[in-house]
Amino acid sequence: MREQQNNFRVEKFHSFRGLVAPVDRANIDTDAIIPKQFLKSIKRSGFGQNLFDEWRYLDHGEPGMDASERILNPDFILNQARYRGAQILLTRSNFGCGSSREHAPWALQDYGFRVVIAPSFADIFFSNCFKIGLLPIVLGTSSIDRIFDEVDSAEGYSLTVNLEGQTVTTPGGEVCIFDIDSFRKNCLLNGLDEIGITLQHTDKIIAFEQKRRMEQPWLFK
Amino acid sequence: MMQTLYDKLWQGHTVYEESDKPDGMALIYVDRHLVHEVTSPQAFEGLRLSGRKPWRLDAILAVADHNVPTTERSHGIADPVSRLQVDTLDQNCEDLGITEFKMTDSRQGIVHVVGPEQGATLPGMTVVCGDSHTSTHGAFACLAFGIGTSEVEHALATQCLLLKKARAMQILVEGSLGTGVTAKDIALAIIGKIGTAGGNGYAIEFSGNAIRELSMEARMTLCNMAIEGGARAGMIAVDDTTIDYIQGRPFAPRGDLWERATAYWRTLKSDEGASFDRVVTLDASQIKPQVTWGTSPEMVTTIDGRVPDPTEVDDAVKRHDMENALKYMGLTANMPINEIYLDKIFIGSCTNSRIEDLRAAAEVVKGRHIAANIKLAMVVPGSGLVKRQAEEEGLDRAFKDAGFEWREPGCSMCLAMNDDRLSAGERCASTSNRNFEGRQGPGGRTHLVSPAMAAAAAVAGHFVDVREIY
Ligand code: SF4
Repeated sequence: MREQQNNFRVEKFHSFRGLVAPVDRANIDTDAIIPKQFLKSIKRSGFGQNLFDEWRYLDHGEPGMDASERILNPDFILNQARYRGAQILLTRSNFGCGSSREHAPWALQDYGFRVVIAPSFADIFFSNCFKIGLLPIVLGTSSIDRIFDEVDSAEGYSLTVNLEGQTVTTPGGEVCIFDIDSFRKNCLLNGLDEIGITLQHTDKIIAFEQKRRMEQPWLFK
Repeated sequence: MMQTLYDKLWQGHTVYEESDKPDGMALIYVDRHLVHEVTSPQAFEGLRLSGRKPWRLDAILAVADHNVPTTERSHGIADPVSRLQVDTLDQNCEDLGITEFKMTDSRQGIVHVVGPEQGATLPGMTVVCGDSHTSTHGAFACLAFGIGTSEVEHALATQCLLLKKARAMQILVEGSLGTGVTAKDIALAIIGKIGTAGGNGYAIEFSGNAIRELSMEARMTLCNMAIEGGARAGMIAVDDTTIDYIQGRPFAPRGDLWERATAYWRTLKSDEGASFDRVVTLDASQIKPQVTWGTSPEMVTTIDGRVPDPTEVDDAVKRHDMENALKYMGLTANMPINEIYLDKIFIGSCTNSRIEDLRAAAEVVKGRHIAANIKLAMVVPGSGLVKRQAEEEGLDRAFKDAGFEWREPGCSMCLAMNDDRLSAGERCASTSNRNFEGRQGPGGRTHLVSPAMAAAAAVAGHFVDVREIY
C-alpha cells in the first residue's frame, strides 16, 4: 500500500478542458492550502480531503478523521455543487506563499486540480508544482479579472488548457497565451524524471566535485 | 564584469548550464543539505524505491525539530503520528549513515539555529533544506534557500538542483538603529514596504552600514524573514563579524585550512559598482518597533500606530483582504496598537530564539512579572546549546521568576505541530515569522514582534513601546 502511494511518477500532461473553481483571495498561503497537522503524514497522497481544511469544514480537522462525517462550510466556494469536479483553480496574486511544503501542491493535485491560474505565485510553490505535474499558469491581472467575472456568471464555466501551444482558451473563444520555461514544459509534456535527467550529467558533477575538493577542502570531511 | 555576491555564489556552484538558452536552467551544486522530519520521509522513500543512494553523506546534517515536545522528553513523543515522523527520520538516518542530532542530544534544536551554531553553515556554501526559512543561512554569504520534497530527493540523489537564476535585489539600510529597535523590526519594516510578494523572483542582498553593525544572530533574523518578503534567498556579505562568529565552531575548519578558508571568504561580497535589478533603501534611524495587525507579515505597522482602515483603501482586492484579516483578528479599524490586549506570549522560532534574543527579552522581564491577563508566556530556546548557555547566564531564572515557562528546544508554537498552540480566538505576541490564519493553532491570532517587544507586552498585558521601558 505504502509502496504504491509513494512510488511517484510524474504523468504526462495532456491538453484538456476543465471546470474552473474561483477562490477570490490574494496571498493564499501554504498553511491555508494544507494546515500543518496533516504534514505529519509520511506519505505523499491522501491530502486532497484536507485541502483548504480550515475554510472548507466547520469542525477542526485532524489526521485520520473520516471526511464524509465532517461538517462542510456551506459558504466556502469549493463546497458549492456547481464547482464539484473542478480541475482548474482560479485565484489571486502571490498564491502559495509561505512554507516550502510540497504537501500544498500534493493536496491540490489529490483534490483533482491539474492547473492553477493566478496573476503571480510564490517562488518555491511555483517550482514545486512542476515537480509533480501540476501546472501553474500566470496570466495578466486584466485577463484574470475577466475570467473571474465570467466564471461567476456562467455555471459550468470551463477553460481549455493547451500546454503545447501555451494557451488558455475561454468558452467565448478568447485565447490567453502564457509563458513557460522550455525545460519545464518538456518535462511536463513527456512526464520526465528530473533526477534521471540530472544523473545523465554524472561525469560533470563528479568533475565539479573533485575541483571543489581541491579548492575548498574544508567543505569536505 | 562587476559581480554581485549572488552572481559569485551562482557562478561558483554551476556544474552545467543550458548555454544555448539565455534563460535556461542550471545545475547547481549543493554543499550543505539540512534535513528535518516533516519534508524528508517521502524523499527518502522515493530514493529507496528508485534504488538510489545519497550522493554525499558528509554534506547532510539532520535534526528533528517541528514535532518534538518542548516539555519533559524522557518519555518520548506522546502523539503517535508525530512520533512516527520523528522515528522515520531516525530510521532513515541510521539506515543510510546520515549524521543526526536526535531529540535527546544536547545539540538538537531548530535546524536553522543548529546549522550555524555548529559551524555547519560556512560562507560561500549553497545550503538547502526542505524548509522555506533556509534563507536564514544567507547571513553567512551563503546561497541558502528552501526546497520542496521532490527537490530534497533530487539533492540527496545527485548533490545538485536544477534551478533558474533569480534576479538580484539590493536592500540598502543606512543609518543606525535606535535603542530597542532590532533586526526583526528592520525585517518587518522591509516587508511592510515591499509586500510579501515584493521579493518574488529575486535573491535579496542586505547591505548598508545598519546591516554591517548587526551581530551574526541579528543578521540571521533578517535573512530568515527574506522569504516572508517573497524572496527565496536573502544574503549578507562576509566581514569580520562573520568570521569571528565561525571561528572555533565544531564543523569549522582549523589551522592552515582556516587561513585558506578565511582568505576566500573575504572575497564574498558584491563588487563595487555591481548592478542590481532592483534597489530598495531604508533609513534605519526612522525604523520604530513593529507590530503586525493582520494575517500576513506585510500587514504591519509601528507600535505608535493604529490598525488601518480598509475603507481608506481603493484597491478592491486589497480592501477585501484587509476586511477578512480584521475579522479574523478580531480587531477594529483605527484602534491604537498599544490598546491590543494579549492572551499568550511566545518567544522562540528560527527567527528569534538565539541567545541574544533571549538576553534582550530577559532584560525587559527581569524583576518584573507578566500581567494578570496573560494566560501563558513561554520561552522556547532555539537549541539545547542555547538553552544551556541561557541557564549559565541565569536568564531562565529571570524568565521563570517573571512567570514565563522555560521549555525544551524546537519549533513549538511557531507552527503548532506539537502540543504548543493557541486556542480559537486567543491572541498572541509572537517572535516567530508568520501570522497566517491558524498558524499557531486553529482560530489563533498572531502578532509578530521582536523578542523585547514580546517581553514588554507580557509584562504590560498589551502592546507597549519597549523604548519607554529601557
Ligand atoms: S521555527 Fe517555525 S519557521 Fe522556523 S523552521 Fe520551525 S516551524 Fe519553520
